[in-house]
Amino acid sequence: MKISREDVLRVAELAHLELTPAEVDTYQAQLDQILGYVDKLKEVDVAKVEPMSQVLFKSAGSQDAHPELREDVVHPCTMAEAILAQAPDAAKPFFRVPRVIER
Amino acid sequence: MNSTGRWTISGIRDALQTKKVSSREIYSEFIARIEKQNPQWNAYLTLSPERGLAQADRVDRAIARGEPLPPLAGVPVAIKDVISTKGVRTTCSSKILEHYVPPYDATAVERLEKAGALFLGKTNCDEFAMGGSNENSAYGPVKNPVAPDRVPGGSSGGSAAAVAADLAVVALGTDTGGSIRQPGSYCGIPALMPTYGRVSRYGLVAFASSLDKIGPFATNVSDAATVLSVIAGHDSNDSTSAALPVPDYSLAIGKSVEGLRIGVPEDYFGEGIDAEVKEKVESAIALLEKLGCRRIRLRMPHTDFATAAYYIIATAEASSNLARFDGVRYGLRVPAGTLGEMYRKTRGKGFGPEVKRRIMLGTYALSSGYYDAYYLRAQKVRSLIAGDFSDAFQKVDAIITPTAPTPAFKLGEKSNDPLQMYLADIYTVTGSLAGVPGISVPCGETRAGLPVGMQIFGKHFDEAGVLQIARAFERATGDAD
Repeated sequence: MKISREDVLRVAELAHLELTPAEVDTYQAQLDQILGYVDKLKEVDVAKVEPMSQVLFKSAGSQDAHPELREDVVHPCTMAEAILAQAPDAAKPFFRVPRVIER
Repeated sequence: MNSTGRWTISGIRDALQTKKVSSREIYSEFIARIEKQNPQWNAYLTLSPERGLAQADRVDRAIARGEPLPPLAGVPVAIKDVISTKGVRTTCSSKILEHYVPPYDATAVERLEKAGALFLGKTNCDEFAMGGSNENSAYGPVKNPVAPDRVPGGSSGGSAAAVAADLAVVALGTDTGGSIRQPGSYCGIPALMPTYGRVSRYGLVAFASSLDKIGPFATNVSDAATVLSVIAGHDSNDSTSAALPVPDYSLAIGKSVEGLRIGVPEDYFGEGIDAEVKEKVESAIALLEKLGCRRIRLRMPHTDFATAAYYIIATAEASSNLARFDGVRYGLRVPAGTLGEMYRKTRGKGFGPEVKRRIMLGTYALSSGYYDAYYLRAQKVRSLIAGDFSDAFQKVDAIITPTAPTPAFKLGEKSNDPLQMYLADIYTVTGSLAGVPGISVPCGETRAGLPVGMQIFGKHFDEAGVLQIARAFERATGDAD
């Protein structure tokens, strides 16, 4: 197995996911299977290849689709109330969460 | 209506202009049909009759005043439930957003409304658009209207089923690795993924930001073209949206395809393809040749690596994008003593199995010690796949492939085997990674009566070319106006 139970628990911790013991078993097997398949990427010679780190394409007529940055202008946001109204626990103008700092 | 008794965009326009019917009547007809038939298909999660009737009345008043009609006047549309609609619940088919009501509209939605469209409601999909069968919805699977024991495809299964079952005239879906084209193929309707950046993603709940696109489903290519003309174009709220002029796609589609070079990559017809799918797509290509297209053989040597690269890149981006669902600002919160515990419990309870699986996979691929082996390598392979496309487009105007290796599979058939489910995307993820536009058009049925889709890829921002070939093919097969 490529993926140990400890790997699954470590990744779940990084991802802030609480998993049941059954889920840990399932994901261990499934991640192992999927990563086994993904290993085929190792067959490709990528020694001289740059990663594709941006996806802003040009049109066929080579017109630049992203010519410049926009003006840095402030626009008012009028949604604050509506956004807070969706929060599970809001204390205007804040979102309230369990205590973070121990006294 | 067209010859099959279905409303089309132009049919609605004519009927409204000649006052044979009002927008309100058309809208009410669809809502009544949805209420009656939706329990059978589960295509809609939420209906929006208040907003839709208000839109219909606005169109009817404009007609009464003799004003010119906007391009989608009186057209009932369905919207995939990962696209934000102001005042209308948007769940992403997830329990974590069960009661979420967006405070604003996505840009594509705003443009539909401005163009006179009538919002029927929000369609079911795989949770957060992650899946290829619609079985990952927290609200139950959608059934394929062509074959109720089969999946409609995914992730935009509800949008595809709504249009196929005549419960909407057109619908918006989203496509990250095939989520528009594959359900279009399974349900037997045209389904278009535009170029990355052609349609603003503002208001689309992000899955994989370098791959997500919004696009239309319709019962004919011409209607898909009209919807694209409405939703495409630059948006200052999405810095990745392209500042390019938007052609009138409905004009482009009338052109002859004579002399166009169509590339047929043999890499898409190898191991794993269903014999009947292969046969249908081959005869579709032969028909295009009869219409004057020149068939050119291609090799796209990195095709076989696309699914592996896709499932690393898409899950890595998803793990980052879905970090925002933490019980603080919206959606579900499971109360707990500490902040960390609240995050873990909220996400553990709110996300379904496939979403958790992808977050886990993406987090693993980005984690210390594995980044180079997985994420970086996948991004390099993505360059090679994009290179296959740009090399091909030196020689051809469009690339023709099957949309999916098989027709729609049975409900439950792959739901316990995530890898088999991922492999249903082998022909669509390539174009997703390259960022090119692609359409699936119906090209016949198997002996069991299941639709088969032909996929047409075009150059970046050449949706017009893709639609032109799709429309010529559709006319030649004669099953639409």
